[in-house]
Amino acid sequence: MNRFAAIYQRELRWYFHSPVAYAVIAAFVWVSGYFFYNLLAYFNMTAIQAMQNPIHEMSLNLTHSVVQPYFSDLTLILLLLVVPALTMRQLAEERRSGSAELLFTFPVSHWHVVLGKYAAAVTMYSVMLILTIIFPAILVHYATPDPGPLSTGYVGLLMMGVAFIAMGMFFSATATSQMVAGMLSASFGLVFLLVAWLEPFVSAPTAAVIGQLSILGHFDSFARGVIDTNDIIYYVNVAVFFIFLCARVVDSQRWRG
Amino acid sequence: MIEVQSLTRVYGRHVAVDSLSFRVARGEIVGFLGPNGAGKTTTMRMLTCFLPPSSGTARVAGFDIAENSIDVRRRVGYLPESVPLYGDLTVLEYLHFVATLKEVASSELSTRVNSAVESCGVGDVRTRRIGELSRGYRQRVGIAQAIVSDPDVLIFDEPTVGLDPGQIIEIRDLIRAMAGERTVVLSSHILPEVSRVCDRVIIINRGRLVLDRPSSSISFASETTTTLCVTVRATPESAVELIESIPGVFGVQAEAPAHNAIQMNVACAPGADPRGNIASALVNHGFDLLELSARTASLEDVFVRLVSGEDTGL
Repeated sequence: MNRFAAIYQRELRWYFHSPVAYAVIAAFVWVSGYFFYNLLAYFNMTAIQAMQNPIHEMSLNLTHSVVQPYFSDLTLILLLLVVPALTMRQLAEERRSGSAELLFTFPVSHWHVVLGKYAAAVTMYSVMLILTIIFPAILVHYATPDPGPLSTGYVGLLMMGVAFIAMGMFFSATATSQMVAGMLSASFGLVFLLVAWLEPFVSAPTAAVIGQLSILGHFDSFARGVIDTNDIIYYVNVAVFFIFLCARVVDSQRWRG
Repeated sequence: MIEVQSLTRVYGRHVAVDSLSFRVARGEIVGFLGPNGAGKTTTMRMLTCFLPPSSGTARVAGFDIAENSIDVRRRVGYLPESVPLYGDLTVLEYLHFVATLKEVASSELSTRVNSAVESCGVGDVRTRRIGELSRGYRQRVGIAQAIVSDPDVLIFDEPTVGLDPGQIIEIRDLIRAMAGERTVVLSSHILPEVSRVCDRVIIINRGRLVLDRPSSSISFASETTTTLCVTVRATPESAVELIESIPGVFGVQAEAPAHNAIQMNVACAPGADPRGNIASALVNHGFDLLELSARTASLEDVFVRLVSGEDTGL
């Protein structure tokens, strides 16, 4: 447990010792603020127009026009920017700099290393999510949004991170450099995000499989205020699958030398 | 403390280490000598459980490197050649990190870290980031992390490479001081270093063991085949004939005369030292003896001959 904690702390320290953490946090908060402002400003405009038109006013819905789009915008930045930035260095750099040689001659197993690093990345990711709570807080202060989708939406974002940080780490373990790892994890994030676009063009059984693979398909219910065990299982499966692969890769690298 | 049994490591079709066997006793300092690419680093990586061997076994501190890898790693302090430390941590942070990973009890953590800091002389940079340190200090921090858990076995890969002469002496003294109860294996391609620091020398070339001797016995062993260098003012034929007739002389090889003098290389029979006889014989025959010196083979000669594949008769 101490050894796991030591690796976890060392990773967290690294994030804050390097400009990466600050750059990623700043970029993430700024871009998500921009998205939120846009959605809210647009909603405001329609609301003002709707005041002259009672029928339109009925169809105004804060959850539909602000909360749900806000979450799907966040999935985009999280998957394409935050997850690659948090994970790309983790194992690739350790190998490139040669520090893996020292790390793996300490009495630690590859599980300590992989899980410690994974936990640190998930912690950073959670901290970044917490920083964005200011936007829903603004919403709650000035209006009365449905609290259900707001809170489950955050659970959904967290689960997505739990799953795709594992994937990013796997690429960091396999790739030759952190740039390659970052590119791979961003591209595969995009693939998982957009695979649903294929659904209308393929046969029913294939469409069902694609629907299950798609991140968006599994994120929808969270954004609607529903926590479905099917979705939780999806994210946990992705996480376990990639953590396992990552640990195998790290272990096998010693054999290949 | 270390028993290596026909250890072999193959990369693809290249055999890096070829059925290497040797033993290292407790408290010994052993120098691992060989040209670049001889398989020193690969052997050390296998002993520290970073690389699994392709075949063969080794036991370090009584544990098998393949079956009880974690037990081996608990008892070994290792410093790779590239000294890959985390540059963003301070010296103290880094040593605490390593000590925790090496299972130093949290109650002893500070004591162990402080004693490593002290014995490696990095006290004045303890709060500096490792990335800002000079090569010499980084090397010291590297040694500090190897000893922080007080391991039985220390393995240093090229510990003095890239240092200036002053730093080399410091690191050598540090390693000597460190030894004591501990078993130390260090690699080098610099000969004087090994002969100065180590009790024993293991020379490997192309993955194979070529020599395993106490370093003190190497100069002794080569003295049995002393070559004398004799310069006299005389005609070549008479001098060669005269020296060849002296007991204990194996053969004489004269070089071309220069400035009225000839230089001869005199090979002596094993164990013989006919220098006195040669001197008196030459003087008795009225030759001017200009130079008479014995060339004992240095460790360097032994190394060069072994590595270039010549049979030295050792």
